[in-house]
Amino acid sequence: MAHLTEKLPDERGRFGRFGGRYVPETLIPALMELEAAYEWFRADPGFRQELDYYQRHYVGRPTPLYQAARLGELVGATIYLKREDLAHTGAHKINNALGQALLARRLGKRRIIAETGAGQHGVATATVCAMLGLQCVVYMGAEDVRRQALNVRRMRLLGAEVRAVATGSQTLKDAINEAIRDWVTNVHDTYYLIGSVVGPHPYPRIVRDFQAVIGQEARQQVLDQAGRLPDYVVACVGGGSNALGIFHGFLADPAVRLVGVEAAGQGTETGAHAASLVAGRPGVLHGAYTYLLQDEAGQVRETHSVAPGLDYPAVGPEHSFLKETGRVTYVAVDDAAALAAFRTLARTEGILPALEAAHAIAYALELGRQEPGRLILINLSGRGDKDLDLVPVE
Amino acid sequence: MTPGRIDELFCRLKTQNRLGLFTYVTVGYPDLTAGWELARLVLDAGADLLELGIPFSDPLADGATIQRASYHALRAGGRPEHALELAARLRAAGYGQPLVVMTYFNPVVTQGEDRFCAELAAAGIDGLIVPDLPPDEAGPILEAARRRRVDLIFLAAPNSPEDRLRKVAAAASGFIYCVSLTGVTGARDTLAPGLDRFLRRVRAVSGLPLAVGFGISRPEQVRALRGLADAVVVGSGLIDRVEATPPEQWPAEIRAYIAGLRAAAADG
Repeated sequence: MAHLTEKLPDERGRFGRFGGRYVPETLIPALMELEAAYEWFRADPGFRQELDYYQRHYVGRPTPLYQAARLGELVGATIYLKREDLAHTGAHKINNALGQALLARRLGKRRIIAETGAGQHGVATATVCAMLGLQCVVYMGAEDVRRQALNVRRMRLLGAEVRAVATGSQTLKDAINEAIRDWVTNVHDTYYLIGSVVGPHPYPRIVRDFQAVIGQEARQQVLDQAGRLPDYVVACVGGGSNALGIFHGFLADPAVRLVGVEAAGQGTETGAHAASLVAGRPGVLHGAYTYLLQDEAGQVRETHSVAPGLDYPAVGPEHSFLKETGRVTYVAVDDAAALAAFRTLARTEGILPALEAAHAIAYALELGRQEPGRLILINLSGRGDKDLDLVPVE
Repeated sequence: MTPGRIDELFCRLKTQNRLGLFTYVTVGYPDLTAGWELARLVLDAGADLLELGIPFSDPLADGATIQRASYHALRAGGRPEHALELAARLRAAGYGQPLVVMTYFNPVVTQGEDRFCAELAAAGIDGLIVPDLPPDEAGPILEAARRRRVDLIFLAAPNSPEDRLRKVAAAASGFIYCVSLTGVTGARDTLAPGLDRFLRRVRAVSGLPLAVGFGISRPEQVRALRGLADAVVVGSGLIDRVEATPPEQWPAEIRAYIAGLRAAAADG
């Protein structure tokens, strides 16, 4: 866990001018407690051993790095996939859910709440709560309950209570609002296990640290297999946890270009999209100052993406910082291109990707066509079983 | 400097030996025209201070009632400038009660803290409450509010440790908004246990007046706060009644409701 020593955020929870802690006073003591506990446990060998044990024997880490030869041939590039879809529960979300649940248990909190969009974070949280004997309540937008029904069933089978949120756009943003309201009410005995690198300090840092294992493994694996660093690392960005996880393995390698792929939905010009970094401007939502899709009066806009996990109007504050420093390039891919990439990966490699990750694949294919001969590493953040109802069979 | 309307109000409440009755309305709810009527009715009925809530798309400190009101207000076209218009209209009509804007931080930071405070002051608004802005993040707006002579009112929570209460007290002006419970806004049947101890803890670190809000909607709750607080804030309880009453009965309903609360704030 050498990756748990990053310089940012600063002591005020800032990545440059982004981040911070914009929450009701009631939550401040809980955030300060969490910050102190995290500082303590990240340096505690016992905690690190415990995390390492479960990562290896429960989650199945390290996840493989796989050279997608037929996919690469299609566009004339060398493509490697970091197979987070093969982690237990089928996505990278378990890395963070496990770390935070172990933290919650050490804090003596027996009731865990979480929000979920695509349902992958909800499933991961329900899973580790079952394994650790913790009570679990998951908030999920009513629209997402409908379009990710398989994951709702999984969570319920795992013993979690799924609460459908019928306010606002009925998606991830509203699920987070409701989870925060629950937390404000039950802060004395409840741990809020947030699922992405969003929210008030110290969450963006904690989630990033627990996801950084992806990039750490991937860097070594690509050196072992390809004998060199990739030209590009590509990952999808909703809140942005899988992307930060893999990017952190390569931030210190200036020759490696990092690309975050947001959801262009029906097109960024239509308004029906979720590309906060590409098309938004800074504002405050869910406790952080960060890029945000909003109208001129500061009302948060409704978003659209075929991928529920990307259907979110804000983004982790560290991404806002990485955009402004220029270290990471952010682009957007629309629904149609993501759906096409889903089919392409299925037919060339026998892998059904999550629709979220399909955005990264779509952009990598475009990149491969534009710049033949490149070595491209894609974070395949999750598997696509949950999306079978959303992808038409031709 | 002459004392502001908020300071004057608390002086008067002290000499009258009663709790102030503060009421909250969501600007643009149920619609822009009816919202103006509601604001006047509430003040005519005896509210001592009016909080004008600028609706926000993601009101994460609010319970079901104000979430619903915010949603309807936004659908009706409610915007920050409507709060300014409403305030200016009330002032033009001769209402002298303190007016305080309550909103989340994003509509503020979107306009810029200084411009936002300047516009509040120009509209005759005396204070600003931002529930998702703790003092730690308030540096720029504290400066702007001071310059424009707008009181920046911070919230204290029952689970705030001593050092946080001191931080809130050091940043606040006008009064301290004491959140009666750990939770979101919305009418409750009783007062949270331990509220008296919490209010004494705030008193011990600040000489500012204390207003108690979140969950307060009934005369018996108001009565129980006499001697402990300086004012109570009623929001969801009022909106619940508006929702349940046809518009033609609002004047009678609101008069009776406010009169009941006022009586509880002054008797004994």
